[in-house]
Amino acid sequence: MSEGPARSSTESSSPASSGLDFEDTALTLRLPGSDPDRKRAASTSTPARRSPRASASEAPPAPKAQVVGWPPVSRNRRNALPSRGKFVKVAVAGAPYQRKVDLEAYAGYDQLLAALQDKFTSHFTVRRRVGNEEMALLDVVSGAEYVLTYEDKDGDWMLVGDVPWSVGPECDDM
Amino acid sequence: MTYFPEEVVEHIFSFLPSHSDRNTVSLVCKVWYEVERLSRRAVFVGNCYAVRPERVVLRFPNVKALTVKGKPHFADFNLVPPDWGGYAGPWIEAAARSCVGLEELRMKRMVVSDENLELLARSFPRFKVLVLISCEGFSTDGLAAIASHCKLLRELDLQENDVEDRGPRWLSFFPDSCTSLVSLNFACIKGEVNSGALERLVARSPNLRSLRLNRSVSVDTLSKILVRTPNLEDLGTGNLTDEFQAESYARLTSALEKCKMLRSLSGFWDASPICVPYIYPLCHQLTGLNLSYTPTLDYSDLTKMVSRCVKLQRLWVLDCISDKGLQVVASSCKDLQELRVFPSDFYVAGASAVTEEGLVAISSGCPKLSSLLYFCHQMTNEALITVAKNCPNFIRFRLCILEPKKPDAMTGQPLDEGFGAIVRECKGLRRLSMSGLLTDKVFMYIGKYAKYLEMLSIAFAGDSDKGMMDVMNGCKNLRKLEIRDSPFGDVALLGNVAKYETMRSLWMSSCNVTLKGCQVLASKMPMLNVEIMNELDGSSEMEENHADLSKVDKLYVSEMEENHTDLSKVDKLYVYRTTAGARDDAPNFVKIL
Repeated sequence: MSEGPARSSTESSSPASSGLDFEDTALTLRLPGSDPDRKRAASTSTPARRSPRASASEAPPAPKAQVVGWPPVSRNRRNALPSRGKFVKVAVAGAPYQRKVDLEAYAGYDQLLAALQDKFTSHFTVRRRVGNEEMALLDVVSGAEYVLTYEDKDGDWMLVGDVPWSVGPECDDM
Repeated sequence: MTYFPEEVVEHIFSFLPSHSDRNTVSLVCKVWYEVERLSRRAVFVGNCYAVRPERVVLRFPNVKALTVKGKPHFADFNLVPPDWGGYAGPWIEAAARSCVGLEELRMKRMVVSDENLELLARSFPRFKVLVLISCEGFSTDGLAAIASHCKLLRELDLQENDVEDRGPRWLSFFPDSCTSLVSLNFACIKGEVNSGALERLVARSPNLRSLRLNRSVSVDTLSKILVRTPNLEDLGTGNLTDEFQAESYARLTSALEKCKMLRSLSGFWDASPICVPYIYPLCHQLTGLNLSYTPTLDYSDLTKMVSRCVKLQRLWVLDCISDKGLQVVASSCKDLQELRVFPSDFYVAGASAVTEEGLVAISSGCPKLSSLLYFCHQMTNEALITVAKNCPNFIRFRLCILEPKKPDAMTGQPLDEGFGAIVRECKGLRRLSMSGLLTDKVFMYIGKYAKYLEMLSIAFAGDSDKGMMDVMNGCKNLRKLEIRDSPFGDVALLGNVAKYETMRSLWMSSCNVTLKGCQVLASKMPMLNVEIMNELDGSSEMEENHADLSKVDKLYVSEMEENHTDLSKVDKLYVYRTTAGARDDAPNFVKIL
């Protein structure tokens, strides 16, 4: 996250809110290794314990189109299995270390903000603008406001919150 | 008409087990209505917002068993925002005021607080059965209240709830005088439990038939418990990944062997393959086996176990079992009625563990198969047609191809013909979930053939409004329709508005319905609640324009402003029939038209 206002994107990259155009977004299915730009979230996050079945495919699984609620597996079951969720790194300017969050674990921006507040609890309290135009966290010490941004597939820094949550993440880093 | 004293009528009614039959007889005349309502022992409320709790308890003051369901099914997949609703409080409070004879409460997808559980525990002196499925909002403190105050408790069944862990003490709150437990399921409790308290509780529960432990219970504790429960019929194991101690496992096997009545096994959380052979002596008597939480077992471990389970009727397993493993199931488990194959990896991987071949094998080996949930990477029409011919007895058929809109893996065609065969051959089909590439044609088949279909789940399917309309017009017994990410819009929504009165609910998310369409629906059908939920962006604008309409049941089209935002698409729509009017507990992101 960076202090101060984020650069806004010049192009509108948000797909139709119906989610029907999901093929048009960056969320395409790729074979392992075919996209050098995207970090393999799965390979950087989960421990090495894999089912023996994995020996059939040599590379970590390709991140699939990130659609909320798909496949239709209950939360309970998702949590029970070793999660290979969509992990993204979260960096806070000035914090000594980064954290990882699993975007699949949250149902909306509110929950994500709350989770980030927990993870960086020494730094912030959550404060959201009325009307939810900006998602912001407040540093209790300095009073500085932090906005949540992410780097999308094009390498642009984007403000979190423009794209409907249900479309899913387009990023690897926040 | 012959005169029957009311006692005789009541006695005749007691032979009607189904809710719908009792509902029907209550409509015959006033006398029958009165007799029926006073003698009704079990009430089922499929949608907690369809009727006010006060009305239910006043009509059925002598109810003994109450079942209430809350959130829509898609809440299981995070499609319903948190704080949407489904609160248990009003139901428990109403029952506490008017039905103190209540003995059983079953709730699914509801928000239950510790205060609610306290009130429940203190209000019903004969309370015996509490079943909570996919609920949230409570902690182990609430369970402590149930344990301490429900002196006659027989069943405490917690399935897939989100329970806040406040420590292991809750189990110790069962008093020494509590000896009536028949069923205890705390598999979803995340934290430790006091093993001594558990052993003592089991030791003083001679009627215990079903026990499902959580991950924290060790092999040694399990062995000690099993020695006390020779009549156990259903067991959910604890932790089977302890550092392998041959002695512990040998004790476990000998304890298990004494459980001659044991028919159903589950748990096996991340069970090590090493411990599996210790379960073998039991396999021949099992009718139910759930290994779906065990990604650590591969195809060969699974098949060694399953091949011994010759009486198996119900199998839940991960796709690690692979097509080859399913062939072993098909040749060993001839009595199989229900199969669920869950994904072990939620992403599309390079190799398919389970494909249409496994399903075809099962269908040809297990003709009694009637209930299926199958996650796989690919499917073909040919396979589905074969499955339909082999197993015409399907009641529930749920197929999930992990990649949305994936076509027939052999021909590249849509899967319309395959699913068409399923609905045509399986004349008793009551529940269907579809996936893969599907056009309007499949909906034409469903409308034409699926006459007993009650619940239909659609995702990423169809071409036009005609698809949804064929279903709405054709499926006479449709009760629940849930659709996501499909191109159905206002024409389909409004094509058969009277139908919604015969259904429990409709869910549509990420489709093409607009605010205007929803408003028209609300105005035409005052007995429906039309709830819309939008993403944060844009909804505040609509609040300002239509704030005064949020509590009104009836809208008149002529009074609405022509406003371009009316044509904006509605993100999530939930429509349900109700006698209760607009609910007053809706959060600000839900608009009720």
